[in-house]
Amino acid sequence: MDCTGLCDALYKGGLDQGIAQFISLLVGVLLVSGVPLITVILLIWVERKIAARIQDRIGPNRVGPFGLLQTFADLLKLLIKEDITPTAADRLLYNAAPLVSFASVLLIWGVIPYTPYHFGANLEIGVLYMVAVASLGTLSIMTAGWASNNKYALLGAFRVVALLVSYEIPMVFSLLIPVLLAGSMSLVDIVHAQGGMWFGIMAPISAVLFFISAQAETGRAPFDLIEAESELVAGFNIEYSGMKFGMFFAAEFLHVFTNAILLVVFFFGGWFGPFWDKPLIAFMWLGLKASVFYFISLWIRNTVPRLRIDQVMWFNWFRLVPLSIANVIVIATLVKIMQLINLAPRNLIGASFIEMLPLTIVLLAANVAMGLVIVGQLRTTGRAVRMAAQNRTPVTAAVGD
Amino acid sequence: MEILNQWAFIGVFAVAAPIFPALPILIAWILRPSKPNVLKSQTYECGVETVGDTWVQFRVQYYIYGLIFLIFDVEMVLLFPWAMAYNRLDAFASIVGVIFILLLLDGLLYAWNKGVLEWK
Amino acid sequence: MEITIITIAFIVFSLISLVGAYGVVTCHNLFRGTIWLMVSLFGAAGMFVLLSAPFLAAVQVLVYIGAIAILFTFAVMLTRSVSNLKTRFNRLNINIAAAVALFALLVVGIIAPVFISNPNLQQPISTVTRTTIDLGESFGSGNSFALPFEVASLLLTATMIGAIVIARETDDEV
Repeated sequence: MDCTGLCDALYKGGLDQGIAQFISLLVGVLLVSGVPLITVILLIWVERKIAARIQDRIGPNRVGPFGLLQTFADLLKLLIKEDITPTAADRLLYNAAPLVSFASVLLIWGVIPYTPYHFGANLEIGVLYMVAVASLGTLSIMTAGWASNNKYALLGAFRVVALLVSYEIPMVFSLLIPVLLAGSMSLVDIVHAQGGMWFGIMAPISAVLFFISAQAETGRAPFDLIEAESELVAGFNIEYSGMKFGMFFAAEFLHVFTNAILLVVFFFGGWFGPFWDKPLIAFMWLGLKASVFYFISLWIRNTVPRLRIDQVMWFNWFRLVPLSIANVIVIATLVKIMQLINLAPRNLIGASFIEMLPLTIVLLAANVAMGLVIVGQLRTTGRAVRMAAQNRTPVTAAVGD
Repeated sequence: MEILNQWAFIGVFAVAAPIFPALPILIAWILRPSKPNVLKSQTYECGVETVGDTWVQFRVQYYIYGLIFLIFDVEMVLLFPWAMAYNRLDAFASIVGVIFILLLLDGLLYAWNKGVLEWK
Repeated sequence: MEITIITIAFIVFSLISLVGAYGVVTCHNLFRGTIWLMVSLFGAAGMFVLLSAPFLAAVQVLVYIGAIAILFTFAVMLTRSVSNLKTRFNRLNINIAAAVALFALLVVGIIAPVFISNPNLQQPISTVTRTTIDLGESFGSGNSFALPFEVASLLLTATMIGAIVIARETDDEV
């Protein structure tokens, strides 16, 4: 393995090469994971403030200026809460579940490119790695539900896992489009390939699909039947208290922001923006764009009502999955046709805006057409369901006159 | 071995990642009070005592969703290399991929028609 | 053989696989056994990375741990008495002796001669340079693996149909 930068400095300072490499990797890990860990502290405050404002109230404003230190107050509270572990719980798995849940979200940040020059690891299979690591989170929820040895936890865990597993299909199908367009699964390459045109403009339906499925994957409204407090108490984390509950909580918040960052990386140009060759500005662009989508997801969360599990499943299996499959077929065919008649570049990395324009127009037109069909179809279905519901309202006149 | 350099990062990260959440939990373990008593340690059931085994009425629906997810999972995983190499191949690759997807759409349509995908 | 970081990684992943496998076989609790199985397969995924096949490693984690572990868990839920499997239906000592004898035969008869005679096998990593994108090219080009690709899809469809036929609740209008 090559040894550059910090590793080289340590090696020249007299350390054994293996240890020098390890220390430089460790420093890299700390830097890369510092971003999400600091972000999660801010996120809790942001989430509460925005939720409050949308609900026409002020939110935390007592602890520190504008309530900024509220997170630390919550942290302190959770730290000194008694941790009540039910006696019948499976100790090892019960304790491991929150750790694996948080770790699975944190590991995603290892492949996200922060700037054109800074990223954790440039894996050849970046996208698959990301999906694989996210599926570890699903397993941890199952483990949490099982290890609590509680009927309600188990039932909650089943429903959550069924939901997560169902919505993973449109999410991963929608990720096929950036991979197809960029010709690589590496997130670094995918961002570089958006230099000419953002993928979100070429394939907006894929972006919307990813956004909706990601919203469902984290259990955010309108898919938040997982935390439906009135139904199953707290779902799979009933028996968790104190900091272990805090870790599940933090993992969920971080997951939502991670999805916003992934949406930007895959579809909205990552760190591209004016003056992107300066690393700090590139990082700022990434954060800015991700914050916009994070805000949109919070907006939706605090506005729409909750869907029932059968509605959620219907929407996935009868609308999202067929749509995502059709989307892949249409885009793949159009891209190949455009490439064969030489109107689209074969290698998008380094392609300019003008080169990408014909492909963009064709794909955008196809997406808009598909979108109109979908929206029209959904309105028809919605109308039919509403009519059926109206016809079923009871007649108030006396029966049997 | 540039590849292994990147994976070494992931390796170290994979070991470090569970340690980050473990630290607050450890601190909490040191700081918090520990007064277990029989009542607090019992399984929670809305304040009542638990009735019967932790046995849940399991619906086959969960299993079917998992099964169909598994099939689609393998399909997606096979589609990724195809998508990676798509730009440098010719029209035949397009046809190959579309047929692959259509065959699986066929299976989905079967499931659709048999009413297996509805949550009853 | 020099002890490099790669050798250490190989030993670590082998240990993970073996310990996981031992856990699966000896665990009395079905759910824990499933978790041990996933640990073992995680070790296998690590081996794939060492063999310069990160795609297969991701497939292992994604499909096995992400989907099959969930299915196993659901299947475990369908059986009662998950945690008290104490009855033994076979004779332990004879089984251990037979397993050890078979393994010894395998090592002495097949593995050792091949290992000693081929120096390429004595490295824990491979020097293969084909990558995932080459795999994709072979799927899509006409003179390579396009047909097995399609057959794989057909196989998956058949699996889905078969699974639905078996798993769905039978009603009168089959």
